[in-house]
Amino acid sequence: MIEILFTFLNGLGRGLLLFTMAAGLSLVFGLMSVLNLAHGSLLLLGGYIAVMLASGAGLAAALPVALIAGAAFGAVLYFAVKPVMNRGHLDQGLLTLGIAFIFADVAKHFWGNDVYLPAPPEILRGSVGVLGMQYPVYRLFVIVAAAAIALVIFVVVERTRLGAIVRAAVADKQMVAALGYRISFIMGGVFAGAAALAAIGGVIGAPVIGVRPGLDTEMLILALVVVVVGGLGSLRGALVGALLIGQIQTLGVALLPELSSFLVFGVMALVLLVKPTGLFGKVNR
Amino acid sequence: MNPNMYVRWAIRIVIIVALALAPFLLNTFRLSLLSEILILGLAAVSLSVLVGVTGLPSLGHAAFYGLGGYAAGLLSVHATDSAILGLLVAAVVGIIFAIPAGWLSVRTTGIVFLMLSLAFAELLFSLSQSLRWLTGGSDGLAGIRNPVLLPGIELSTVPSRYYYIAAVVVVVYIMVRRFVDSPFGHALSGINSNALRMDALGYNVSHYRRVAYSVAGVVGAVAGALNVQNARFVAPENFGFMTSAFLLVMVILGGVKRLHGALAGAAILVVARDELSSRFDSWELGLGLILVLVIYFLPGGVASIVERIAAPFKKRREPRATPLGTDESVVSR
Repeated sequence: MIEILFTFLNGLGRGLLLFTMAAGLSLVFGLMSVLNLAHGSLLLLGGYIAVMLASGAGLAAALPVALIAGAAFGAVLYFAVKPVMNRGHLDQGLLTLGIAFIFADVAKHFWGNDVYLPAPPEILRGSVGVLGMQYPVYRLFVIVAAAAIALVIFVVVERTRLGAIVRAAVADKQMVAALGYRISFIMGGVFAGAAALAAIGGVIGAPVIGVRPGLDTEMLILALVVVVVGGLGSLRGALVGALLIGQIQTLGVALLPELSSFLVFGVMALVLLVKPTGLFGKVNR
Repeated sequence: MNPNMYVRWAIRIVIIVALALAPFLLNTFRLSLLSEILILGLAAVSLSVLVGVTGLPSLGHAAFYGLGGYAAGLLSVHATDSAILGLLVAAVVGIIFAIPAGWLSVRTTGIVFLMLSLAFAELLFSLSQSLRWLTGGSDGLAGIRNPVLLPGIELSTVPSRYYYIAAVVVVVYIMVRRFVDSPFGHALSGINSNALRMDALGYNVSHYRRVAYSVAGVVGAVAGALNVQNARFVAPENFGFMTSAFLLVMVILGGVKRLHGALAGAAILVVARDELSSRFDSWELGLGLILVLVIYFLPGGVASIVERIAAPFKKRREPRATPLGTDESVVSR
């Protein structure tokens, strides 16, 4: 029983972390129908920022740095993708994949092949009793922080004027442009915001998942799975998908360690075959 | 024959002669690189049938490359070292997987198809890791013997394996080429540019896509078998995301619109990897730069360079007027 609760909490943390990535991926796709395969690099960027700052200034200082660096990287990505915006998914995907390769190599040059686990801040170390078991404080913090980020994303997208403009642009770009909004600003802003979210996810997750080469592809693939399971372009779908995949992955590792990725991709294949648009998707793109 | 055909035959003969003379001109290391280019090129060509001809973007073609490889490897370890049987078994395994996977996949297109293909490859990747008793798990399958072409002719040297690989690749490439140039292949191109219209014309779009999927799968499996017969080793990485991504990169680098572009893409990738990783400690940076530059400045891929150079010399055809009501933008919506 206690093991199940433990696994459940781990899965919840992992799922919410995945959501910080998947939300941006899904919004960018919904708005520009660009599949950003460099999205994993942003998480890795956040992770390495956490590694650099954790020993000196502390993990908390890494958050604003990751926010700015991530947004800047996102803006660069937006301007990189802009010239090929009307050239189809494959070209855009491969362009961002090329950028991901470049970033991975540069990162490897600076940080090598080591696995880094930056230390969490002093007050978040150790463990606490949760329903009769000891659970690491930092993992609880990951759940709370990622849930807060998810909440902020939802409030901004669903409840603010800015979010309404973005949602309107997802539905009909020409109409929003006709109403006098600069579509390129909205798209660039969403790209930068999505990138910043992924970078922050990387900082928060760094002490738990371990920052290493290859983490970018690993998390990118998981985020892609989340996004297509939930339905491309749907924020709610991304959340449900992320929580689902997080649980399946940790449950899989706990129960059938050999077949955990088998479960994740099996579930995805099943969902896509029953409902090709994903759980919350409307349009088949 | 028109003059164009003479040029084509001349190019074909030059290529065959060059392939035949390669062992005398290249040292062993370069020759093994050429073998690798041919093998990966064939795999990329098979992917090109799916991506370029039919318009189904796959990020999981390593599924077939790995399946063919494991089929040939397991056959060599447990049964026979016959090279041709290895290819046949790989082709059969490829089609056994391609029929159900294709039947499921072609119900979707675009990104969903791409993700499904990725899912199938990842499923096989984790299977190959967990079925330790069969595949040797993540250590890979060791003990694969040298392929034997005919009783007594063991392909134990690099040149002998090279000739075998070159012959298989040339023959299979011609078969794929003929498939693409057949009426069936033209129907696939039609489906690529406008599936709705082909459907309205009475073509069974799903059936055509399924067949294209199987052809791509079988050829991909044969390429995977060649790879394992050449390297005498197979590991789960053959199924990996990176293998799929590299194959797709080769297709795009070479140019999706042309089958031989995939071969050119494979050549560029293998040579770039070799040159870059011998000079610097890693090569992903160079690969990424090549990818970004090609997508910006050479949208048709490397294969389009020839046409770009040839374009000013060709007679320009007068653009034909479009009959009323057949405007593409109207029909395709």
